[in-house]
Amino acid sequence: MESVGTINPSTLSVKDLLWQIMWNKDKCTLCGQCTAVCPVRAIELGVHRKRTLQVPVGLEEKPSNLFSVYFGINQRTDVAHACVGCGMCNLVCPNGAIMPLRSDEIDKFRFHANQGGEPRRRGGRRNAPDSVLDKIKFVRISMLTDPALDAGRHEFELRTLLGRILPPEEMLKVSKENGWMPPIREIYPLIIGSMSFGALSPNMWEGLQMGVAYLNEELGMPVRICTGEGGCPSRLLKSRFLKYVILQIASGYFGWDEIIHNLPYMKEDPCAIEIKYGQGAKPGDGGLLMWYKVNKLIAAIRGVPQGVSLPSPPTHQTKYSIEEAVAKMIQSMYMAWGFRVPVYPKISATSTTLAVLNNLTRNHYAAGLAIDGEDGGTGAAYNVSMNHMGHPIASNLRDAYLNLVKLGKQNEIPLFAGGGIGKNGNLAANAAALIMLGASGVQTGKYIMQAAAGCLGSEADRCNVCNIGVCPKGITSQDSRLDRRLDPEKVAQRIVDVYLNFDTELKKIFAPLGRSTSLPIGMSDALGIDDAAAAERLNIKYVL
Amino acid sequence: MCRLFSITSNDPLSPMVAIRAIDVMKEGHDGSGVGLFLTDLGGEFENFKEQPILSGIFSNEGLKTLDRFMIDQDFMVKYKLSIKPAKTPPAGTPKRDNYVIRVYEYPAEWEGLSKEEINLRLMMIQLKLRSMGEQDESMLIFSFWPDVIMMKEVGDPLSVAQYLGLDREELKVRVILGQGRQNTNYAINIYACHPFFIQGTASATNGENTAFVPIREFLCSRNFPGYTGYNSDSEVFTHILHYMQNQLGMGMEMYKHIITPLKDTELDRHPDGMWLRKLKQSCRPLIIDGPNCVIGCLPDKSIFMVQDSKKLRPGVVGGKPGMFAFSSEMCGLDATIPDRYSNFDYQPMKYETVLVSRERQEIKKWNQLEPLTHPH
Repeated sequence: MESVGTINPSTLSVKDLLWQIMWNKDKCTLCGQCTAVCPVRAIELGVHRKRTLQVPVGLEEKPSNLFSVYFGINQRTDVAHACVGCGMCNLVCPNGAIMPLRSDEIDKFRFHANQGGEPRRRGGRRNAPDSVLDKIKFVRISMLTDPALDAGRHEFELRTLLGRILPPEEMLKVSKENGWMPPIREIYPLIIGSMSFGALSPNMWEGLQMGVAYLNEELGMPVRICTGEGGCPSRLLKSRFLKYVILQIASGYFGWDEIIHNLPYMKEDPCAIEIKYGQGAKPGDGGLLMWYKVNKLIAAIRGVPQGVSLPSPPTHQTKYSIEEAVAKMIQSMYMAWGFRVPVYPKISATSTTLAVLNNLTRNHYAAGLAIDGEDGGTGAAYNVSMNHMGHPIASNLRDAYLNLVKLGKQNEIPLFAGGGIGKNGNLAANAAALIMLGASGVQTGKYIMQAAAGCLGSEADRCNVCNIGVCPKGITSQDSRLDRRLDPEKVAQRIVDVYLNFDTELKKIFAPLGRSTSLPIGMSDALGIDDAAAAERLNIKYVL
Repeated sequence: MCRLFSITSNDPLSPMVAIRAIDVMKEGHDGSGVGLFLTDLGGEFENFKEQPILSGIFSNEGLKTLDRFMIDQDFMVKYKLSIKPAKTPPAGTPKRDNYVIRVYEYPAEWEGLSKEEINLRLMMIQLKLRSMGEQDESMLIFSFWPDVIMMKEVGDPLSVAQYLGLDREELKVRVILGQGRQNTNYAINIYACHPFFIQGTASATNGENTAFVPIREFLCSRNFPGYTGYNSDSEVFTHILHYMQNQLGMGMEMYKHIITPLKDTELDRHPDGMWLRKLKQSCRPLIIDGPNCVIGCLPDKSIFMVQDSKKLRPGVVGGKPGMFAFSSEMCGLDATIPDRYSNFDYQPMKYETVLVSRERQEIKKWNQLEPLTHPH
């Protein structure tokens, strides 16, 4: 080692990093748990040499140096090993001697996280904590002229519809002629959004499925979960629990060999088929499962070789236009299940959403439209896509709903909104706001990971290493040494907690508005916001 | 909370019967307005059963506009009831130039038109007049329909009725729908006064309609020109009823299934559950959430009462063969038909529809949990 270190352009100090490890020598027991648990090996055993100057009183003894060595933590500062702020070191430390702290200024790390010309990729979602949904208040409180309802005692019907709903006139006609009616599912308005088997660890997936099954079978809540693009284990495809699952097909068609081969053995139809054309976290970009996570199991389910990155194309390669995508793909997916399963597309929120929606209105099969806003999460994407691409969900959803109102089809094509719902913990309030803006239901992924599995990610760029399979909680890893940190039973239990809590909070919002017998879809007169521009844009009340 | 009252009688009655009943229930309304829907007319109007009657309030200027417009449309006045109010209106009631009730002769060129076409044209004329007078409030139109008179005014119901002299001999009717208003709008808009009317169907409601906005959006997007107005959140009850009858071709027994459909668990047990579930899904935006008691009158002159699915408002029906009344409160019923057998009084609950048809012999009741009489 040279006596004077070489300084390269990308040589960073601890101060340059976003996350800086604070370590307390006095408290540290040198147990080594923090260095062992760190997902990115940002800390290592540090052997520190220390000089103490000894200056005795008097002239007899001359001042001297006392050299000693002490052991502790060394924070690595190279780009590949920069601390991600997950805080696992703090979690495992028996004495609380260590903790990552966020830099007090914009870090220098971001300018160098592109070594070899490779842009930064990460998991998580847009690193911006602001949320229009959080600012929306429910202002139409029933007072005296109509009594507020009792959230605890009244009967509530918190159900929504997924499927193409015929207008009353047509429903009567079809009914009279004994014609085909599109399948409609009556489901709970909070859907666990698409997180693939592969993006999630087997334990996480199992926990989610168990939780959903319990909610349905023991608590009578028709909760549905979407698979994401990664297929579905054969055992689930053949089970009666398939009816709680929305199978997703996306541009990589991963897992669909397995699904098609299992078709003859299915005891139940899936709840629905979601055709993914886009997702909010990385709009206009395909799915991405990085090679770290493609192990034997994932490779088998997806029908691909092990250890290769799986980037899905940005579009369905066989579809060159909206007519193709909407008409042919939706119809062929219907055909696969004998026209008994609703099929709907999911797109990322975009200023062109209405073009897609208008096409759907003319397709008699389209069972809905899921719109995923810019705050949607992902297991892996380019940082630039996550931070800068996409459209906020609130105004996009509102435009879509009001467009349907104009066409008189607001009840025919249910809209499902996703992307940042509950990003700051306000899941029920955000969901209720979107429902009153016109959504038939909402999809959420990251909130579920945070609440049900203890995901550490945040909009302050914390952790976000879902993409490289080192999730310190075992949620998004495919390494069994990490997965086993997550107990599927406990995840299932937390899913139930989350839904029961959501259900009560939703009632606490709807009851004072005087609503209990049907979901207040489009009840925009109940909404207010203290931002005049937002109020005008969303066509709701401006309140101060 | 507003108070509702309706009465149907074999013998024509003065509208004052309803006004007095509303007055008895005065504790429940603040006298901020009154509305009357009169049909199955007797008295002088007995002779004009087929001809459309225009009801409204006109300024002197508005009356001239009306005359010009109607002459252009080739409508001739056949009979008019002159209402000459006293010089000073009661407290809270504005001074109006003209209260108009006029029977018109159909234009010659309308002869041979289908019933639907005539009904549409009558409604369009009413809407046109309303929009013409909207700007300067020179014309307030309540109805333009055969065998129907409507009156609405701001003020205490009894004082207004006396002021307008509604106890006159020429004005005798068999069916009355009335509402005494507890105003919940800060500015009193007369178009927000119940009952509401569209093509022969009328209804009045009390309570707030918390699901108003989505219902209004749904109705407005049906491409039917009559689904407009909505100065009151209760107007949608009339329009839902109209939509159900005229656009969907359904009878009164389906009204509750549309505005307050059975819960999913109840549908599972219902013999027509599968079909009703489809109906509930298709008509989802029309589901009301109460608290509301709705009374109304159908084009066949039956009157009915339904409650919201939580049954949060009072309502009672009672009477004797030949005369039945629907009232928000028992005291209104007692004051009007004291000699009835009150054990037969009936308070419809959350699943029920009660109806008295034009024959006025009995109270018909339907329960939503029962099988449909005409399976679709």
